[in-house]
Amino acid sequence: MASENNGGNGDGRTSAQSFELKVGLAEMMKGGVIMDVTDATQAKVAENAGACAVMALERVPSDIRRDGGVARMSQVEMIEEIQQTVSIPVMAKVRIGHMMEARVLEAMGIDFIDESEVLTPADDENHVLKHDFKAPFVCGARNLGEALRRIGEGAAMIRTKGEAGSGNIVEAVRHLRTVNGDIRALTILEPEELMAAAKDMGAPYDLVCYVHEHGRLPVPNFAAGGIATPPDAALCRMLGAEAVFVGSGIFKSADPETRARAIVKATTHWEDPAEVLASCRGLGDAMEGIEMETLDESQRLANRGW
Amino acid sequence: MGSRRVGILAIQGDVDAHAQALLRVGAAPVPVLAEKDLGEIDALVLPGGESTTIAKGLDRLGLYGPLRAFADSGRPVLGTCAGAILLAKESENHPVRTLELIDVVARRNAYGTQVDSFAAEADAPEAGDGPEALSLAPLRCIFIRAPRLTALGPDVEVLLRVDREPVLVRQGNVFACTFHPELGEDARVHGLVAGAAAIA
Repeated sequence: MASENNGGNGDGRTSAQSFELKVGLAEMMKGGVIMDVTDATQAKVAENAGACAVMALERVPSDIRRDGGVARMSQVEMIEEIQQTVSIPVMAKVRIGHMMEARVLEAMGIDFIDESEVLTPADDENHVLKHDFKAPFVCGARNLGEALRRIGEGAAMIRTKGEAGSGNIVEAVRHLRTVNGDIRALTILEPEELMAAAKDMGAPYDLVCYVHEHGRLPVPNFAAGGIATPPDAALCRMLGAEAVFVGSGIFKSADPETRARAIVKATTHWEDPAEVLASCRGLGDAMEGIEMETLDESQRLANRGW
Repeated sequence: MGSRRVGILAIQGDVDAHAQALLRVGAAPVPVLAEKDLGEIDALVLPGGESTTIAKGLDRLGLYGPLRAFADSGRPVLGTCAGAILLAKESENHPVRTLELIDVVARRNAYGTQVDSFAAEADAPEAGDGPEALSLAPLRCIFIRAPRLTALGPDVEVLLRVDREPVLVRQGNVFACTFHPELGEDARVHGLVAGAAAIA
């Protein structure tokens, strides 16, 4: 057929053509909620509540934080069962730098790969070279330099790291404000100042130039890490996140189904406080939260990756 | 002449990309989240996104009836990918509730998962194609977890094909597109719909 197959290297497509398709799927998730699920039953609850995608993982971040040990890519049978159960896109996590876990997920036809600091890193220096894959990747970032390094490696979506499993929105807010502030600062530079900016933030020069010219990232920018309530999700939209990931916040709450619907509603109607108010009714208890001061630096998942 | 106001259903999906495409053809994009928003627009776009998510939003907002009434008023409606599924008379493969505005069956995720997404050139026009079809080809089409349209009714006109399969069809004022014209630089599909709004 006369079409260009969505492939990486070796099957006739340039990575630029492939990148367009990857960013295309990220575009389709805008305005939506991506929910962490640990089995097919939860995946169905998420889909019925209006999630635009599910993230398949073995343990939600708050349990990983509690149980400790090495957190790895999920069991393939669990991911496959979720793929067979829902029609919305299925995402799954790989350890930072674990190219082979990523190849396994790609071979399963996963829709999006999250190279995630929530799992135990496999490589403490290098991230996966994501341009080499047919499957799109999302990566976490705390600031613009980190976001542009991941995009330079081929990430088709950026999310804040926030602090996963904390039930505390403060880090996601910090990361959204930092990325947006860094973007604003670039837009007012003179062209001859951009190379020095690239050097200072450790980011690829061509991407620094893109942000200077367009005033935004070249890929969608979502929020993740600590979102537990409908107003948390709406706050992230207000701060410029184009969609939200909710991890422990749904299935660690008193009434996951109701909370999932409410967060979907608040994400769509974030500009209308009356609708966000309506989404706050009848929710039951949110997950327990953790104050950042009680977490030592070594317990902070956001410090993984660079 | 004031620019035509084109609504974009803003429950979920690539609303921004459609807004950019509409601006390129001189139309004014307007987000639609309630029945009252429909009164102020000359045409409507149902964007790409997740059809399950958008269908649940339509249900929650009570918009199935008002959107059908909008189409019955003769004003143009364009649905891309998820939007095309919602316009179909029915959907297959994890069916969602549809608006039944165009006489086709939409098969969801008909090409596979994201690793099977692709870009392709539309086929050259066939003998008997109308002026609209001739105005569109050649066109590069981007398919993301795309549906296929089957069981086309007698009143459905095919405007674009890829590998001889229909990818853009119209029935009267309703246009269903399985690819994403909003993601490319070429806004002719949006121009066609905005142009139809001028006539309606």
